Amino acid sequence: MLKVDEIQNGVVIDHITAGTGLGLYHLLELEKLNGDASVALLQNVRSEKSGKKDIIKIEGDVSRLNFDILGYLDPQISITVIENGHITNKIRPQQPKRLVNIIKCTNPRCITAIEQDCDQIFALTPSGRYRCVYCEQEFKVKP
Amino acid sequence: MRHLIDPADFTLEETLRLMDLADRIHDDPAAYRNVAERKRLASLFYEPSTRTRLSFEAAMYNLGGQVLGFPDGGVSSAAKGETVADTIRIISFYADIAAIRHPKEGAALRAARFSGIPVINAGDGGHSHPTQTLLDMMTIRRRTGRLTDLTVGFCGDLKFGRTVHSLIRELARCEGIKFVLISPEELRVPDYIIEEELQARNLPFVEVRTMEEVLPELDILYMTRVQRERFFNEEDYVRLKNTYVLTKEKLALAKPTMSVLHPLPRVNEIALEVDDDPRAAYFEQAENGVYMRMALIMTLLGLKDPKTGEVAFEC
Repeated sequence: MLKVDEIQNGVVIDHITAGTGLGLYHLLELEKLNGDASVALLQNVRSEKSGKKDIIKIEGDVSRLNFDILGYLDPQISITVIENGHITNKIRPQQPKRLVNIIKCTNPRCITAIEQDCDQIFALTPSGRYRCVYCEQEFKVKP
Repeated sequence: MRHLIDPADFTLEETLRLMDLADRIHDDPAAYRNVAERKRLASLFYEPSTRTRLSFEAAMYNLGGQVLGFPDGGVSSAAKGETVADTIRIISFYADIAAIRHPKEGAALRAARFSGIPVINAGDGGHSHPTQTLLDMMTIRRRTGRLTDLTVGFCGDLKFGRTVHSLIRELARCEGIKFVLISPEELRVPDYIIEEELQARNLPFVEVRTMEEVLPELDILYMTRVQRERFFNEEDYVRLKNTYVLTKEKLALAKPTMSVLHPLPRVNEIALEVDDDPRAAYFEQAENGVYMRMALIMTLLGLKDPKTGEVAFEC
């Protein structure tokens, strides 16, 4: 079993749908974290709940990260904040009803692909997914 | 001011009132020939369409109105790169109502957000075609006398067919509809339609691979075209293509009261020999489309029905 040291100050993003961890890594722009932060991406970790999952551990300053984004990318995710080796907060991201100019529709047939200054608007469906209000394509995190 | 971008923009009650008006126009079109006098329809077709464009234009002329517009995006300012938002802002000064057909999905919704006049979605790419859904509903009701307690079969390409998805959603709002989904595995109704429209409302549905096994129980058979390019390999297409062709022989299995609908154009999925069968309703659909579009234009413009002295519903 692969082992990654426990972190002292930072966050653990857990219960990420297996295979989408790298996509989240890029969406959170973790590659742009300042040089002091260490990031570990664990893929296909065994999980009692979901069989397999991905995990991201970040050691260091995470103050400029936007964790709200995780709620609509993958609502089953949990975020644990750790300070001085102790859990200080556990966050379950919320799903807002509408997202405006936060994520982008990838459907090349959507009007947003050609219309200038067209807001990217996604609405939450009853089944907890986000769909572009123009073309109704579901937003999915790319693996 | 209201628009029709998606069939769900109108409540079921509003849709039924619209159908009532379309039925009254159907029965006495002459009574409506001056209703929209001095009103103008902007017919904004960014891609060619024969039936839908002519149906809208015929509807406006039948009401005594006028039509302006363009039949193809290549001859409009869109070819110079003008946005849909700018175009509709300008058109709002020239016309009272607009019908827009655009190859991009969501274009009509974009237009509606910037429009000073009611916008009707006349088809936005593979996404939605609400007037087709309304005329499908009207035809089903005229044929069966009801929009409740029906077994409705959808056959062919149920994955990419926008008319199928819209009609399933619209019928899901009615009481007692049983859905029979007949398609090859590759062209099944998308899971999100099944989950969000059928399972979420506990509506009865079955998925089958051949039409013969379900034809005897259907009240409505909604046919669509299975296109070669939708298959991953040629072998599967060749193996399956005739499975979804309606012939006189297969029709013999159906109830004498069943109706066959098709959004048209058809290629070979309904044999020509079926056209003379009284169950063939697809040409009636095209006719009903003009009356439904007349009713829609009247209602969105707030024009009163000369027969009742009222609008179908307030917009």
